[in-house]
Amino acid sequence: MIREFGTGEITFILLAVRWTLVLSAIAFAGGAVGGLLVAMARISPNRWLAGSAMVFIRFFQGTPPLMQLFLVFFGITIFGIDVAPLTAAAIALTLHASAFLGEIWRGCIQAVPSGQTEASWALGLRYGMRMRHIVLPQAARIAVAPTVGFLVQLIKVTSLASIIGFVELTRAGQIINNATYEPFLVFGLVALVYFAICWPLSLVARRMERRFARIAAR
Amino acid sequence: MNYDFDFAPVFARWPDLLSGAWVTLQLSFGAMAIGLVVAVLGVWGRTAGPKPLQWLIAAYVEIIRNTPFIVQIFFIFFGLPSLGIRFSPNAAALVALVINVTAYAIEILRAGIEAIPKGQTEAGTALAMSRLQIFRHVVFMPALRTVYPALTSQFIFLFLSTSVVSVISANDLTATGNDINAQTFASFEIYLVITVIYLVMSLGFSALFATIHRIAFSYPLSR
Repeated sequence: MIREFGTGEITFILLAVRWTLVLSAIAFAGGAVGGLLVAMARISPNRWLAGSAMVFIRFFQGTPPLMQLFLVFFGITIFGIDVAPLTAAAIALTLHASAFLGEIWRGCIQAVPSGQTEASWALGLRYGMRMRHIVLPQAARIAVAPTVGFLVQLIKVTSLASIIGFVELTRAGQIINNATYEPFLVFGLVALVYFAICWPLSLVARRMERRFARIAAR
Repeated sequence: MNYDFDFAPVFARWPDLLSGAWVTLQLSFGAMAIGLVVAVLGVWGRTAGPKPLQWLIAAYVEIIRNTPFIVQIFFIFFGLPSLGIRFSPNAAALVALVINVTAYAIEILRAGIEAIPKGQTEAGTALAMSRLQIFRHVVFMPALRTVYPALTSQFIFLFLSTSVVSVISANDLTATGNDINAQTFASFEIYLVITVIYLVMSLGFSALFATIHRIAFSYPLSR
């Protein structure tokens, strides 16, 4: 039986947005913590630590996000644990975001002029204080624009969680499309919702990037 | 953990995996090649075309870059047939990939062209270079050098995105994995092998692109 595409269906899709946002928020928050660790490991003088951070980044930048989701989803079941799609997606995307943010932030940390580090040595600051008070605050300013840019990418990647059965925005669209067979309306609406979330973020990222380029050129 | 890894059913289907990987490569290179040509036209329209065309292209670029690829492919594969346009899964996959990569390529190429100062072509004229020489040595090669890193990382991004076309059962590498999974249920082993195949290919592309970069753009930047 084919259902009408009515207000109930629209509401179903609009309410599913919250799961897209929840998954994005978890992955972004987890990725922020993981990304900081990866970035610090990557620039560490310890070769093993730097090397493993490098391998971690290469793996996540060199494999499809969909495969990363599948490996976590099916990998956990190996331990005989039944895993909810949200849990699997949250773990996979947290790792994914850690790798990407780690690489982005490594670049930002290394972009802080080395004179700053040398000055803090001269002042006798130790590693922790140097990072916390001198290097990271300056790196953070450079990092805002690319980080917001990555957030847009991450929100789009959460749509792949629909494939392992997590009912977020894209999966809700598929469910409604299967019932109503109005692909134009359904996926048009779904695309519109993603656009309404991502476009403002893209604009903010681009504006900050331009402002930073102007400051840097001065 | 008492799980017996069983890779035998995966390796038994090695020929299928190879042909899946071949489809993935065809989709990636095909979409990139077509996408670049369309993007060159797009950049021309975006910078030199009439105002409405400029807005249209700008809107297209923003819409594609701010929506997930999986939604775009659903829209094309399920949506367009209701307009009477029907595709096989592989054709729909190629169309969706082209539409997607073109939007990114337009932005990359535009940035590359904007980076070339006008004085540079004028300097070429002053040196009595022919128009072809100016285009080749003054505009094209420097612009290519500027956009090359972005274009190659875009290609690898595209290559990894092709795995999503498995959702409309195009027969790429990931879809081949889905087939084997449906018959053997050795899910983790299958997707691990496939992930390694993707990883080897993308690392290979990175190395290849870096070598090309060294050879083709080794001339000094300034003096």
